[in-house]
Amino acid sequence: MTIVPIIKRDYITKLAEQGKRIDGRTFDQYRNIDIETKVVNKAEGSARVKIGYTQVLVGVKIDLGEPFPDSPNMGVLSTAAELIPMASPDFESGPPREDAIELARVVDRGVRESQVVDVEKLVITPGEKVWIVFIDIHILDYDGNLFDAASLGALAALSTTIIPAKRFSEQLPEEYPKEDFPLPMSEPPISCTAVKINDFVLFDPCFDEEIIADVRLTVATDHKGDIRAMQKGLSGSFTRDEIQKVIKGALDNGQEIRKKLYQSIGK
Amino acid sequence: MKSDIELINSEGKRSDGRGPHDLRKIKIEAGVLHRADGSCYLEWGGNKVLAAVYGPREAVPRHTQNPLKAIVQARYNMAAFSVEDRKRPGPDRRSVEISKVISEALEKVVLTEQFPRASIDVSIEVLDAEAGTRCAGLTAAGVALVDAGIPMRDIPVACAAGKINGQVVLDLGKEEDNFGDADLPVAISPRTGEVLLLQMDGHLTFDEFNQAFDLALKGCHSVSEIQKKAIMQKYQSAAVEVQE
Repeated sequence: MTIVPIIKRDYITKLAEQGKRIDGRTFDQYRNIDIETKVVNKAEGSARVKIGYTQVLVGVKIDLGEPFPDSPNMGVLSTAAELIPMASPDFESGPPREDAIELARVVDRGVRESQVVDVEKLVITPGEKVWIVFIDIHILDYDGNLFDAASLGALAALSTTIIPAKRFSEQLPEEYPKEDFPLPMSEPPISCTAVKINDFVLFDPCFDEEIIADVRLTVATDHKGDIRAMQKGLSGSFTRDEIQKVIKGALDNGQEIRKKLYQSIGK
Repeated sequence: MKSDIELINSEGKRSDGRGPHDLRKIKIEAGVLHRADGSCYLEWGGNKVLAAVYGPREAVPRHTQNPLKAIVQARYNMAAFSVEDRKRPGPDRRSVEISKVISEALEKVVLTEQFPRASIDVSIEVLDAEAGTRCAGLTAAGVALVDAGIPMRDIPVACAAGKINGQVVLDLGKEEDNFGDADLPVAISPRTGEVLLLQMDGHLTFDEFNQAFDLALKGCHSVSEIQKKAIMQKYQSAAVEVQE
């Protein structure tokens, strides 16, 4: 660790001992969340999400292709994340590194395993032709908590996605309907992330908190209050009690964020 | 590519309703990103472009350093979702070339001799593409450089002219670019008129080139005014905050 984070760590932990955070929030409070959908005309679905200063743009593109041999009755989902050099002085251009791949995979799992996209309805000819959904996550401004911003962006973008059947009409079988239709979706799970610094558990870490954090936990919860995905990161550790604290905080914050998501997609 | 598609009618109206010498609608906002040293968001017709500047900072790897002056490294990148058919992420030959010509254009106006061994990094992201992204990107980069406080001789600006159905017009749109006869993107230093970037594809006679070039210069000067307004607006609001 270089010198500046050591000084910041000192400052952040001293504040935490008094129950405070550097930007005046309580420990389980999120920064202001702003969701704007349909921001890219060329994409079939898109959303820009801001959590505090963190800014993420997610675009969804739809293409025709073959299903995977082991799942002939399912459409294909593909998620990629780019930590472009625009977003932070520490991001470099080039092929995605571990951070970007972990981010894309965590978002992908949140979307795939929760079955928020009904992939069986994306089949055109079983085993031969299906719709492919590309989710591309563009990080524009990095001030911490990319996991929550990226997964929220992906959900908002998917919720506004239209399958362009009309544009592909020449490549579709005769009996397949040629009208555009919205991507079939069900209730989305919401990801919430907390970090631990010394013994303090802080939700929605900003950049300064994130770089000194010992350990991180992301929990995705659904509208029924069940847990749908988890990911622990960094080299620190949690106790059982701390994990339960994070899950409870994720449930509470998840409800609020879900409302914001519904508002942004007009649901 | 010659085509029978009518891109401009007998009254001089183009397919999107513009006259031959009209620009598409342009919107510029300076200082939109938190982490970057300088940034700019620009909409130009259906193009949406974001530019960010980092630096001057130590150039890495070391062998890229110039002991006499700073290097300017622009990176033009298209988002996978910015085009009709999804583009594979990462640099391709087209974006590497555009990055190079933009870097060279910017290097001419930046006072690089003030920052030996340093790098000034410009990141240009095309979020939504509709013909003319390199001009939009360079124009946004110019504003982002000012926003980052990089000393420059001038604010670089770009605009294209071209030929559709045999007629010279300003600022080609998507269809005009695909089915037109020629495209001529030009970047200048508006104060001196020095040409910083010049490319052409298609077919122009000597006279048509002169017409198109003059038209592109006129376009550059109009866009330059919008750039200056965007910068003034940011610093005016900052000045109001300080007064309060």
